[in-house]
Amino acid sequence: MNEPLISVRDLSMRFPGKKGKGSIDVLQSITLDVRRGEFVCIVGPSGCGKSTLLNIVAGFIRQSEGKVFVHGSPVAGPDPRRIFVFQENGVFPWLTVEQNVAFGLSEYRRKEPDEIVSYYIQMVGLAGFEKSYPRELSGGMRQRVEIARALAANPEIIYMDEPFGALDFITRLKMRSDLTRIWCEEKKTILFVTHDIEESVQLADRVVILSHRPGTICRQIEVDLPRPRDLDSPAYLEIRDEIFHTMGMSLKVGSAESDCSGRAP
Amino acid sequence: MKRILLYPVLVFAGILLLWDGAVQLSKTDIFPRPSQVLLGIVELIQRGVLLKYVVASLFRVSVGYTLAVLIGVPLGLLLGWSRPAFLAFNPLIQILRPISPIAWIPIAILWFQVDDRAPIFLIFLSSLFPITVASIAAVQNIQPVYVRAAQNFGLTRWNLFTRVIFPACLPQILTSLRISLGIAWLVVVAAEMIAVNSGLGYLIIDARNAGKRYDLVVAGMLMIGLIGLVLDVLIRRLEQLEEVKWGYSKNDSSK
Repeated sequence: MNEPLISVRDLSMRFPGKKGKGSIDVLQSITLDVRRGEFVCIVGPSGCGKSTLLNIVAGFIRQSEGKVFVHGSPVAGPDPRRIFVFQENGVFPWLTVEQNVAFGLSEYRRKEPDEIVSYYIQMVGLAGFEKSYPRELSGGMRQRVEIARALAANPEIIYMDEPFGALDFITRLKMRSDLTRIWCEEKKTILFVTHDIEESVQLADRVVILSHRPGTICRQIEVDLPRPRDLDSPAYLEIRDEIFHTMGMSLKVGSAESDCSGRAP
Repeated sequence: MKRILLYPVLVFAGILLLWDGAVQLSKTDIFPRPSQVLLGIVELIQRGVLLKYVVASLFRVSVGYTLAVLIGVPLGLLLGWSRPAFLAFNPLIQILRPISPIAWIPIAILWFQVDDRAPIFLIFLSSLFPITVASIAAVQNIQPVYVRAAQNFGLTRWNLFTRVIFPACLPQILTSLRISLGIAWLVVVAAEMIAVNSGLGYLIIDARNAGKRYDLVVAGMLMIGLIGLVLDVLIRRLEQLEEVKWGYSKNDSSK
């Protein structure tokens, strides 16, 4: 019974070039499995196609070649059982916090919608802001609203596309530890895209490293560290450095290790 | 006294003094003094025509404008959402739009005679295009992330429209409603000068034609200005609704 929840098979993506100029290969031969309940981070340099990959897996973009399966059936489009958390924040500004969190509920005629809504508002730490509008909240709080809205719809999978990218450093740290706590409570499968290597090691069970464009998976690293993670522990630092090296960004001056990015370190 | 009151009062007082002084200096017996305009307003009230004309003008604006909103908003939303419909109808709209409602007056009279329907038709036309065009633009400029989030939650097309597209467009639509109400109020006066026998526009043109009563002309102009101000203040209050406020402040528009 070890069938993966998400499986990507030999996926490639090509965008047509402008005015007949050659097309651009964004992703090449991606094969990836995600187990149920796993927290997987996809990291890679900017422009490597990691967001495109997530958008394809979520069904927002159609791939050029290859297949994406969830539960063994091909992905045909976005699905309320798999909710996407957007980098640019998809919280609806015309709804209050609680109306936003309740947004995905009515489609399912769930019982006790009020309890579900207040439960998740509580979980993301926004109790007391139920009647507030997004414009009255900080960027971090708006991202919390979006996470609560995703959780309230009770999806099996949550796709997160650099959800903390626009936040300041301190807020990002707090959001990561809260997301870890929520993930431990909710047992969702999370596929999380980021360009922040530290973030990936702090969050993930497994880090998938993409190369420069066209993105290919150049390495996958299991992060078998207990949570909450100690960011000073040698094991954490070792994994972090391993990823830096793999991406061709040595932390040590003068390092000449080869990398799979195809570029000099 | 607060400056917000004091400064405008000073400006009005200054204008009235200048006006009065200029009339007395020029020794004109046609152009009225401010005090004569005030008496003119009193006379219009006593004759019972002021209220009647105000109501007539407001009635025409209400009907024509409401029709334009009821047709323009859904039409604009539809054309903004459906690319084929937009391609089909946009050239027609772009040709009709620059035609001043005043240019339609002869046709309005031909179709509706000297009747309430003529100015109502002109007001309808004057409001329809700004509202439609703004609604089209509102849908076309909607943040893609809202549509994608909504699709992710599995909304039906109808729910996508009512729960996401419409509220996302509402701030821009309300702004166009405010602007077009101003235009409608401009147009009703012009239409009434030609197409009917009542209303504030008729009052002005009639006061001039029947005895050069410029005190009544200016009194009518003053009423038009005051009512226009009241209409604008009233419709501006829509932009204070919590559901649309997000669309107007600059520092937190999309985030």
